Amino acid sequence: MSSPITGSGNLGVEVVDPGAVSSATQHEHPDSSKGLERTIITSWKAPIAFGIFTLIALVLFVVFGRDGISTFRLSNDNDLIQLPAVETPTRIAGVVVTVLLLVIAIFAYLRVRANRHVPLWLTSVFGVVFLFGFLAWAAAGQTLPVPGLLVGTVSLSVPLIFGAMGGVISERVGVVNVAIEGQLLAGAFASAVVASITGQPLLGLVVACIAGALVSFVLAAFSIKYLVDQVIVGVVLNVLVIGLTNFLYSQVLSKNAELLNSPPRFDRINIPLLSEIPVIGPTLFRQTIVVYLMYIGVAAVYFALFHTKWGLRVRAVGEHPQAADTVGINVGATRFWNVLLAGAIAGLGGAYFTLGSVGAFNKEMTAGAGYIALAAVIFGQWDPIRATLAALLFGFASNLQNVLGIIGSPVPSEFMLMLPYVLTIFAVAGLVGRSRGPAASGKPYIKS
Amino acid sequence: MSDTAVAPTPAPTPPAGPSAGSAPAPKSNQILRDIAGGSVVISILAVVLALVAGGILIALTDENVQAASGYFFSRPGDTINAIWVSVSGAYGALFQGSVYNFGALDFAKGIKPLTDTLTFATPLIVAGLGVGLAFRAGMFNIGGQGQMLIAAAAAGWVGYSFPLPYGLHLVLAVLAGIAGGAIWGGIVGLLKARTGAHEVIVTIMLNYVAVYLVSYMLRTPGLLQAPGSNNPKTPAMLPTAVYPDLLGPGYNLHAGLLVSIAATVFVWWLLSRSSLGFKFRAVGINPNAARVAGIDVKRSYVTVMLLSGGLIGLAGVAQVLGTVTTGFSSGIDAGIGFDAITVALLGRSKPWGIFVAGILFGAFKAGGFSMQAGQGIPVDIVLVVQSLIVLFIAAPPLVRAVFRLPTPGVAAKKKPVALSKAVAAK
Repeated sequence: MSSPITGSGNLGVEVVDPGAVSSATQHEHPDSSKGLERTIITSWKAPIAFGIFTLIALVLFVVFGRDGISTFRLSNDNDLIQLPAVETPTRIAGVVVTVLLLVIAIFAYLRVRANRHVPLWLTSVFGVVFLFGFLAWAAAGQTLPVPGLLVGTVSLSVPLIFGAMGGVISERVGVVNVAIEGQLLAGAFASAVVASITGQPLLGLVVACIAGALVSFVLAAFSIKYLVDQVIVGVVLNVLVIGLTNFLYSQVLSKNAELLNSPPRFDRINIPLLSEIPVIGPTLFRQTIVVYLMYIGVAAVYFALFHTKWGLRVRAVGEHPQAADTVGINVGATRFWNVLLAGAIAGLGGAYFTLGSVGAFNKEMTAGAGYIALAAVIFGQWDPIRATLAALLFGFASNLQNVLGIIGSPVPSEFMLMLPYVLTIFAVAGLVGRSRGPAASGKPYIKS
Repeated sequence: MSDTAVAPTPAPTPPAGPSAGSAPAPKSNQILRDIAGGSVVISILAVVLALVAGGILIALTDENVQAASGYFFSRPGDTINAIWVSVSGAYGALFQGSVYNFGALDFAKGIKPLTDTLTFATPLIVAGLGVGLAFRAGMFNIGGQGQMLIAAAAAGWVGYSFPLPYGLHLVLAVLAGIAGGAIWGGIVGLLKARTGAHEVIVTIMLNYVAVYLVSYMLRTPGLLQAPGSNNPKTPAMLPTAVYPDLLGPGYNLHAGLLVSIAATVFVWWLLSRSSLGFKFRAVGINPNAARVAGIDVKRSYVTVMLLSGGLIGLAGVAQVLGTVTTGFSSGIDAGIGFDAITVALLGRSKPWGIFVAGILFGAFKAGGFSMQAGQGIPVDIVLVVQSLIVLFIAAPPLVRAVFRLPTPGVAAKKKPVALSKAVAAK
């Protein structure tokens, strides 16, 4: 069977298909015939999902197609390089998109029939084409500001990505991190207060790290030393941090808002040259230092996790602590310090709420972002890059609501708003399927 | 994620983990058993510790205490007095708001806080039962909010739409609510069983879907919106569909409490007396072993999520037919879906434990509001105390260390259990 350590961590290599694993190990099952059957069903998921989405596209874009011209505005007025706006007749775009989707679905069907995997890039292409069709349909007779859509996406994704990195590290080392929400909130609170008092946003960033690590410290202490169920500690920590920050906000912050809750915000830093690239420049390279930190952070986590001694140890402890212990890795200490690190990273994401986007701290201002980040970790199969992509997807989804809310959408806005979440359910059920975390995640290790 | 939430995930896949041979046994329930091993003393001390921590927080943020501490070394008595006034005032208000109001003129008025406590506890108990039941089968149901909203919409719609005779109407409305919650929970179980979709993701996503779905229905005339109104709010429930008051019109307590008690008995019977409950527990402890023993694990996921959703649906029903009968808006779930997780954890996922935990949390809720009104202390301190209680109860060694208690025989017996379990899980 596939080595558990490289199993879900291999980036670039095809996803380990749950079906493949099940067929490889089916001889261990009393009902091997059933296992075989499931193998087929599992691998048929992608074509089926593609088929459903193609059908949706057919109904939405063609049957209920809308007339008019959809305009995609690619540049802002003050950009150095101006791209012309792209205009497409809505109905034709819908038909073309539907045909394209159908072709991809048939291609996936043929591949599966030949007993081959549906590659990840095909799924991505399918998603992008569907998205384009959807945007064109929704923006009939309107202008869709593409840069705004993407900038907002990055902005909303930053805390999710930091949270997801915290989740990935923590779970890779074997401690389930449900407390991301608490770490984000603690980071947001601490950075707002410290940055307000000192007037130094950078200092706020450091304190956000410490606050996130403190929440992690409780998680680590209870789960590693006292062997308390990690999900219980995580959920309870979220409630605790919400309660604490709400209490302190009402009791202390709101009474001295000027002194304690008016943090300076980071300025946007334009990176020379790169920031002038059309579309990509404003999206990625006209951001605050927190966002640049995020790029570095994701790359560092990915590199460190899969290409350094530290990463190997982390993954070994998360997959098979006993084996790691036998070769002389201190399981408890490794878990403890890495959970702290995870909290510190998530805390940075919290700082983005106060120092990067909103400004002042507000009650429960993370609004469930930690849980979404947790979903991104699982959706991204405990891989930093995939989790980042999943977080970007969630960020895009929530920003799409804002943009469609402005240009007005053909269906009641609530259905637009719920669409990303419905799509996520479809994607999780249809494309990702069973997600397998690090084997020892959630299990306390007791040296015997 | 931990055993409760995630360890079951790898399970449905044939031994995918490193331990192809030895099935990874979810350790959540073992931990729960571990918690249960702690004595009553530990639980009481945990509550005391949490209250002390909350008191420290109240004292630290109290303005009088801060003022008095400025001259602590010249007149320490002032500081101590200020601390006493603020903390005793807060907890006094908490007690008087949740159990008995000594300032009331007669017993009937004095006991009203206790009935408020029970009213607040009603939805918490059933929702906690739902979450706890899912825990026992190894599922982590964070979807209480969505399940409650759908249930509230279904029960509310039946409750105000058709005039029906007394009795029948209430029963129909309650059943509609249960069905609504069960469907919303059942989707999760079905997706997990059929496709392996992780229940944590699906429940979170379904929460958002339910919020938007219900807000759409609430603002659309002809669906849930009250006729002739522009507010996103339903009409008032018909009197035939409302839970009758238990103690007369002077109190808020309604018959939903009896439903909650009945639900507790039902879940107790289900888990400890029925074969279905036995299957749930087997699946929760070790899905692989359960499958080998001939239990249909996938069907168990669907059934348990149907039941869990139905129970949480009852919480939505209690809200619309009991607590807020004048029509509801999209905030009707009042965070109970998430509170229920803490209730289930504190109750150790055992029916009667959840019952007691629900009443305790109901008391905190009722008392918290009167504390905020009377003493100006934000109600959020209650969240802090609640979560600290759960944390401390989950870690008996910590409580023992704080109070310098000798490690009793219970602990000596408990340790080896945890040890062998954890090793077996490797």
